[in-house]
Amino acid sequence: MNFEAIKSIYFFEMARTRRTLLQSVVSPVITTSLYFIVFGAAIGSRMQEVQGVSYGAFIAPGLIMLTLLNQCIGNGSFGIYFPKFTGTIYEILSAPVSMIEIVIGYVGAAATKGLIVGTIILLTASLFVDISIKHPLMMVLFFVLTAVSFSLFGFMIGIWAKDFEQLNLFPMLIVPPLVFLGGSFYSIHMLPPFWQTVSHFNPVLYLVSGFRWSFYEIADVSPVVSLVTVLCFLLVCLSITAWIFKTGYKLKN
Amino acid sequence: MAPIVSIRNLTKSYASGFTALKGVDLDIEEGEILALLGPNGAGKTTMISIVCGIVTPSGGTVTVAGNDILTDFRKTRAIIGLVPQELTLDAFETVWNTVAFSRGLHGCKPDPALIERILKDLSLYDKKDTVLRHLSGGMRRRVLIAKALSYEPKVLFLDEPTAGVDVSLRKDMWQLVERLRAAGVTIILTTHYIEEAEEIADRIGVINHGEILLVEEKKALMAKLGRKQMTVELAEPITAIPDALAPYGLTLGEEGHRLVYEFDSSGERTGISSLLSALSQCGLRVRDISTEQSSLEDIFVELVGAGK
Ligand SMILES: Nc1ncnc2c1ncn2[C@@H]1O[C@H](COP(=O)(O)OP(=O)(O)OP(=O)(O)O)[C@@H](O)[C@H]1O
Ligand SMILES: [Mg+2]
Repeated sequence: MNFEAIKSIYFFEMARTRRTLLQSVVSPVITTSLYFIVFGAAIGSRMQEVQGVSYGAFIAPGLIMLTLLNQCIGNGSFGIYFPKFTGTIYEILSAPVSMIEIVIGYVGAAATKGLIVGTIILLTASLFVDISIKHPLMMVLFFVLTAVSFSLFGFMIGIWAKDFEQLNLFPMLIVPPLVFLGGSFYSIHMLPPFWQTVSHFNPVLYLVSGFRWSFYEIADVSPVVSLVTVLCFLLVCLSITAWIFKTGYKLKN
Repeated sequence: MAPIVSIRNLTKSYASGFTALKGVDLDIEEGEILALLGPNGAGKTTMISIVCGIVTPSGGTVTVAGNDILTDFRKTRAIIGLVPQELTLDAFETVWNTVAFSRGLHGCKPDPALIERILKDLSLYDKKDTVLRHLSGGMRRRVLIAKALSYEPKVLFLDEPTAGVDVSLRKDMWQLVERLRAAGVTIILTTHYIEEAEEIADRIGVINHGEILLVEEKKALMAKLGRKQMTVELAEPITAIPDALAPYGLTLGEEGHRLVYEFDSSGERTGISSLLSALSQCGLRVRDISTEQSSLEDIFVELVGAGK
């Protein structure tokens, strides 16, 4: 294992975040604050409690997940897409590193960034609404597993994407509907039965539900099912990544 | 001694179906400087990219210091340095950071003193905190070299290191290559400047259409293929070559003022003295004589031209 290489890639990526601090940290904080002002304070005060939790507090875990997913997919995909785009990938390909080091470096950095921003959002949320965390360990577990799996997912998108449009396809077009329809802003029990069934095909539902359970012990699906879903997703992403590296898919001619 | 790089029957067909390498065999000896010449699209970059791990070969084997580039890639890539043809650099990074990054990527512990020395050697030290996109093309080329030297490779591939580089920098580059050779680094460089190969290489390889046409010691190549020409300026013009001079195969030029004689410089007898006495026997007065050796460029043009 080439630890120096992992360190180099990781810190190189973290340095890039520092250069783009405004975009990486400030903008999600502002966006989330706006959500809390609108949904938490303005509209939320007129909304009923959901399963014994104030509406503002109810939506907090979903909003944190929304940010975490976007950050991880965005950072994970951009980190590897950019060297592909500029051609500096030649250096990674000609270095004495295997896919394992490359993935740990890039995905590790993307997940770290996601976790930092996610934590900031959590702190921001606590300024607007009352948040309690009933199962801190489970909360951290969901937090970290989600960050790692979606950074890995982003990494795969970065390898697959041929242009910026494809690169932005997931964060802009696919993640928001999944998050909005995955019970971030409501309990799916509020939906008609047909849409409840449909919602169960949305992987984000399991994430948000499990994450919210670790806060308030309320859930749309059992937290065990949520955890298993996240682990399965991670496993699938790992296998696809392994395959990409074995075949050199889209990385080597 | 076993060659440090050994390429056997290497082939490459790109996904487009284009065959860029058609069974290349090449041995590179430790410590030598090999210049690869070939027209655009000959397959130079493809070959280098395969050895470095950027392109996957379609067939054949490559070993570096006895290790296979595919199965033992960690060992081979750790000792190979590459300065790519394209000026690909991360625009937003600083000179120092990008060089340090390369070193780490190759598994070496940080060594600021070494990086400082490399940057000073390449006259980049005063630019160490400059962001790469603010550098000129020649400086970027040097940054790429600094990156490749940062982990002290034993084999260095320079893909057109002097393309778009001014004369003084080119001289600097040649000196750098000399220093590296003195330190025992094996260097493979591609170039379109034939005088460059003539100046610094020990051996010269010519590649065209994905095939190695020849690999020879520079001196042997020049002697073997290098023909010499003697030009005789006549005091008074003649209209035809006298019959007595027919065996020499002369050509008449410059409206009868000039006779050109071609001879093999490596041959036992060049025939110059007998030609000179034959000239005076024919009553031709000689005003001036000059000889000229065909350059590597002529050799190259001839070889590549023949392949068409
Ligand atoms: N990714 C690719 N896909 C398809 N064909 C390619 C690819 N890369 C190179 N080629 C083709 O392979 C051939 C050899 O290219 P290569 O870059 O090795 O040439 P070269 O000798 O380095 O030329 P130059 O002196 O212009 O740098 C060219 O005809 C080129 O068009
Ligand atoms: Mg080339």
